[in-house]
Amino acid sequence: MGRNFSAAALVLFAPLVGAENQINMSPGVTEIGVSIFELHMLIMWICVAIGVLVFGAMFYSIYAHRKSKGHQASQFHESTKVEVAWTVVPFLILIAMAFPATSTLLDVYDNDDSELDILITGYQWKWKYEYLDASGETVSFFSNLATSQEEIYNTREKGENYLLEVDEPLVIPTHTKVRFLITANDVIHSWWVPEIAVKRDAIPGFINEAWTRVPQEGIYRGQCTELCGAYHGFMPVEVHAVSRDEFDRWMAAKRGVAAAQNALAMQTLSVDELMDQGQRVYAAACLACHGAGGEGGVGKAIAGSPIVLGDIATHMAVVANGVPGSAMQAFGAQLSAVEMAAVLTYQRNAFGNNTGDVVQPGDVTGTKNG
Amino acid sequence: MGDHHHGPAKGISRWLFTTNHKDIGTMYLWFSFAMFLLGGFFAMVIRAELFQPGMQLIEPGFFNQMTTLHGLIMVFGAIMPSFVGLANWLIPMMIGAPDMALPRMNNWSFWILPPAFLMLASTLFMEGGAPAFGWTFYAPLSTTYAAPSVTFFIFAIHILGVSSIMGSINIIATVMNMRAPGMTYMKMPLFVWTWLITAFLLVAVMPVLAGAVTMMLMDIHFGTSFFSAAGGGDPVLFQHIFWFFGHPEVYIIILPAFGVVSQIIPAFSRKPLFGYASMVYATASIAFLSFIVWAHHMYTVGMPVAGELFFMYATMLIAVPTGVKVFNWITTMWRGALSFETPMLFCIGFLVLFTLGGFTGLMLSIAPADFQYHDTYFVVAHFHYVMVAGAVFSMTAAIYYWLPKWCGRMYNESMGKTHFWISFIGFNITFFPQHFVGLAGMPRRIPDYALQFADFNMMSSIGAFIYGASQLLFLFNVIATIVAGKRVSEEKVWDGAEGLEWTVATPAPYHTFEEPPAVPRPAGTI
Ligand code: HEC
Ligand code: HEM
Ligand SMILES: [Cu+2]
Ligand SMILES: [Cu+2]
Repeated sequence: MGRNFSAAALVLFAPLVGAENQINMSPGVTEIGVSIFELHMLIMWICVAIGVLVFGAMFYSIYAHRKSKGHQASQFHESTKVEVAWTVVPFLILIAMAFPATSTLLDVYDNDDSELDILITGYQWKWKYEYLDASGETVSFFSNLATSQEEIYNTREKGENYLLEVDEPLVIPTHTKVRFLITANDVIHSWWVPEIAVKRDAIPGFINEAWTRVPQEGIYRGQCTELCGAYHGFMPVEVHAVSRDEFDRWMAAKRGVAAAQNALAMQTLSVDELMDQGQRVYAAACLACHGAGGEGGVGKAIAGSPIVLGDIATHMAVVANGVPGSAMQAFGAQLSAVEMAAVLTYQRNAFGNNTGDVVQPGDVTGTKNG
Repeated sequence: MGDHHHGPAKGISRWLFTTNHKDIGTMYLWFSFAMFLLGGFFAMVIRAELFQPGMQLIEPGFFNQMTTLHGLIMVFGAIMPSFVGLANWLIPMMIGAPDMALPRMNNWSFWILPPAFLMLASTLFMEGGAPAFGWTFYAPLSTTYAAPSVTFFIFAIHILGVSSIMGSINIIATVMNMRAPGMTYMKMPLFVWTWLITAFLLVAVMPVLAGAVTMMLMDIHFGTSFFSAAGGGDPVLFQHIFWFFGHPEVYIIILPAFGVVSQIIPAFSRKPLFGYASMVYATASIAFLSFIVWAHHMYTVGMPVAGELFFMYATMLIAVPTGVKVFNWITTMWRGALSFETPMLFCIGFLVLFTLGGFTGLMLSIAPADFQYHDTYFVVAHFHYVMVAGAVFSMTAAIYYWLPKWCGRMYNESMGKTHFWISFIGFNITFFPQHFVGLAGMPRRIPDYALQFADFNMMSSIGAFIYGASQLLFLFNVIATIVAGKRVSEEKVWDGAEGLEWTVATPAPYHTFEEPPAVPRPAGTI
């Protein structure tokens, strides 16, 4: 009973006990982060100093020059000398502040000589990462929120990285100048990781640049910071900075998976293989809106849907191009040919839709590699 | 025509057809207070959802509708009309004019507002819900990706733009043409000066806002692509246009507040305003600078570095005239004979908290640092310090200060002071911790947040409920004053008050200054 009680108390007060309350900007791990932090502190202390003078004078006056104490009002109302002084002195202080601000800004903008380029694309509501490689063997994947609906809707205890965790993080090597090319597919998003001091808007149709050089291995978390629709609060960024070796190993593994997918795309798959993979794709990409049993929710029901039961081409077009003006996005650029074939086959045969149709990767058109 | 000079018409037609500046001022003030309560209610919904991590009360989509409507209603429905109401009541009385220059237009500029806001609020009940793209309505979230109700939103913005432009033209015409003989520009009370400059800002930027929403309308319904890269347009263009309006807009909100404070602090210091002329010049230079700093809201959109530098330097410059104002107010208090009635308390609250907001503004102006601050709760804290503790506190001070003149009854002083202290404390509990969570990395406009932000958010919510509740006390005090306050009849309700409005009878008669008054030379003016 005692144990249960303290466990319950722990759940209730987890936010209070668990979290240390950070009250200041973090300098983070990068050089730029540190110089931004120093700038921030410098200006803050200048403001504090001015504040002490100004409020000091005011509170002294409030204390000493009260009518209730019988203080007589003097009638002075101008003084050119004083007025010139308090115009000129702040101006000089500002000029002094402008120097470090300018040099830090120039550093932020120094995008040259990168050793690794990554294209970041904002989608409602996830990020896509593409490692651009001169050889043309681009590795790319989506990074979705990994926090469960149960945690968000308070039916399960919230994990330590609540809302800041993703299914597939961005992996970058340490001690390497990494350039981010940032854009968006639908509305404006903004990619922000405080600890590496990168924030840049992701604007559809335009590509912004930013860069970082992370000296320290670790996991750095951030969020989208530009309102991008209903689930704006639910598209975190997770960056894993790893050693060069580990990065190369990870990259090789990623390439291997991509190659295997491409090889699969050439083959004719068995119904079981397709159903199996289709169920996985459905669970990851469709279930949230279409329901575990295909019963619908935010999206229309898949069970018994005339589109799913009808012509394969129409079904594929809906999934590849989405339904404009609704929550149904275009999945064409997000799914590989194998995944597309699998999820179509799955939808056409699960939930009592037993059409018996099989869609092979070779039949798929309009996806990122099909 | 015979009874024209004796008083208002009876019944509802008095209000519908009135051309009297005092009636219209009263209507503006009540309307804006109603909007303040509505926008405040939406804020309470937001803070209730943010009380704890996790989604409890509302859905994320609806949360965005709440933040959007809260911002739009507070800016366009509460703060702006309240200062227009104050201008209506006070400008003619301060410059010795019988009424506003264009009284019929005055009636229209008020009466088109309620339908506009009714329409805006009704979008909550439309299919797809109310606008959910933030009060800054960035395209393409507000065009291609918006709910159908966006068309009504655009129409509402047009109407209130028209209202603002009419109101400003009226103020400009009144101040330029209707001053009593001897009331030269450099003798005008600062409230009149700040409003004159504000009116020019409004006339300059409201058409820009109208242009922005019209381009949205074209993109949504007529196949243009102003803001869509796919058709050769540019989503960032929207932000440039919006902030070319938006930054002057924040000064439209604060300049009249500066004017109010410049009237009230001298009255309770029993000492003329320090540096009258430099106040006028500072106001004018703030107004000028406000046109060339807009892109400080867009440091992260990927401007060329030269652009960033220009906007950074220009923004830092604004701190100079703003500082001059603060120094002048404090020097006005210096060696005065201070007393601390409710209006003065709110002005001192304004001084302290607005200055804090100015400091964070200065921090935000530093472009590289803004990369870390932008779109976090740090910005939310900044603009609530300048808009709530700035504009709303000064408006509250103004109501307490002039209410006795308007209705010939004194408000309850201890209730007023209680209102101040609860507001002051509640406000700071709400917004001070937002600096912390912002710096620690909490983005704005999110319905749910990571666990490390939980404590400060809970604190913020508690503060918000306190601040919200204190406004009901204010409402009660105002109504109690009008209905049953202690009568006052001396013309100068406050012993330190200066200006023509304090030379007319108390309560102010329905018609004042039908004969132009002789203008005394107020101490402190040149
Ligand atoms: C964010 C929510 C969401 C997600 C995720 C989603 N859909 Fe949809 N889907 C919808 C909505 C909403 C509709 C209805 C669109 C309309 O016709 O208005 C829809 C419609 C459909 C239809 C047409 C159904 C009909 O009867 O008209 C198909 C097929 C479909 N989705 C397949 C998928 C597949 C496959 C996935 C996963 C790869 C998926 N959807 C993921 C929201 C979603
Ligand atoms: C010293 C004077 C001021 C300076 C230097 C200043 C600077 C700034 C800067 C740089 C931003 C952008 C921050 C960001 O989005 O990253 C900002 C935001 C803002 N400021 Fe100020 N500011 C000042 C005074 C004011 C005043 C007087 C008001 C209004 C009364 C105001 C209202 C706002 C608002 C509403 C925003 C946020 C807009 C939004 O994104 O929703 N500011 N300020
Ligand atoms: Cu977002
Ligand atoms: Cu601004």
